[in-house]
Amino acid sequence: MRGFHYLKNVVTLQFDSEKCVGCGLCPRVCPHRVFSMEGGKAVLMEKDDCMECGACALNCPVKAIRVDAGVGCASGMINEWLQEHGLGRKGSGGCG
Amino acid sequence: MARITTVTGWNERLGAWKVRWGIGRNDFIVPPGLYAIGQPKPDDPVVVTANYQMTFDIVRRALDGRNVWLLVLETYGINVWCAAGKGTFGTGEVVRRVTSTRLAEVVSHRRLILPILGAAGVSAPQVAARCGFSVNYAAIRAADLPAYLDGGMITTRQMGELTFSLHERLVLIPVELVLAMKWLLPAAAVLFLVGAITGGMPAGITMALALTGAALAGIAAAPLLLPWLPSRSFALKGACTGLAWSIALHLMAKGGSWGLPVNLAALLALPAVSAYCTLSFTGCTPFTSRSGVKKEMRLGLPLMAVSIFLAGILLIIGGIV
Repeated sequence: MRGFHYLKNVVTLQFDSEKCVGCGLCPRVCPHRVFSMEGGKAVLMEKDDCMECGACALNCPVKAIRVDAGVGCASGMINEWLQEHGLGRKGSGGCG
Repeated sequence: MARITTVTGWNERLGAWKVRWGIGRNDFIVPPGLYAIGQPKPDDPVVVTANYQMTFDIVRRALDGRNVWLLVLETYGINVWCAAGKGTFGTGEVVRRVTSTRLAEVVSHRRLILPILGAAGVSAPQVAARCGFSVNYAAIRAADLPAYLDGGMITTRQMGELTFSLHERLVLIPVELVLAMKWLLPAAAVLFLVGAITGGMPAGITMALALTGAALAGIAAAPLLLPWLPSRSFALKGACTGLAWSIALHLMAKGGSWGLPVNLAALLALPAVSAYCTLSFTGCTPFTSRSGVKKEMRLGLPLMAVSIFLAGILLIIGGIV
């Protein structure tokens, strides 16, 4: 995304070019241009720009993409952690 | 089927303003189902959206003057992006709503137009396999729908790219402030009492003000200044505005007379508070990854806790407490 980049070398995104059938969905669903099409196949371009939303993996018809997608906000993750340890309230947190 | 207007008035604007401030945010819901905009015929396009009232209003306003079918999914009053993350704006709900509205009998084609940010919850291949409708991801912003529809359903580069402009960041801040009041008001009250009892009224006011300013530096200042603050880490960005606040407070409140321990306490605690607040803002941004936030929390939260603990000890040494 122009002007905004998050931490480097943390993203869990993995792409298996061998499996790719070139349907073109991953570049279309990615809001950060992490993928592009070259020679009839997808190419992983800007891995560090991935926000791990999981849209590419979910839409890939041959499961060539893997990513640990999920809630990415600190308070949501603190709530998750509290619940895992039996300390938190279910369904708390202000986020929609 | 309900026919809806594309003109929104003061009522909707007031509603949007209220939810931005967190008022009645959980009752801002539209019944899911199929709606008609204008006089759509069987070959007119089907646009899919969430049942959050603000989303629904933005989409129908964008489709002013057109004949379009609007398929509203049950996302329990949550916007497309967050609902896709939770899976309620998802493959199952698209298939369910297509079936329950008998969409296949209403329209002659088999195409659905979805927002790009909905793709985190919807699998186009699975929707096609399960209900026979093809999913076309159109644009990120509803405002681009007219250009997409008129341009032969082609997503231009600009339509598919996220932005996070000053204005887009600004509108997120009110509700963050309201949500922060839950912990900020009690914490500021406690600091005020402790300060007032041990050091007199001015000390109490200064301590409550110090905390409130640090929270604002993290909740409002850092998000607004986001692209200009150093570092990629949100915690460090927040620590920067918190540090600036502690210097500003030192100058305004004549920090020269506080003594070294109290000054050190302010330098430790205030950036820690604002760093925490800005780290929380990652939940509002469209570019931070879960793995990145995890890393920041693993490194940052212990540091913040230690800073605040040390600040407490320094305050005791400095004789404030």
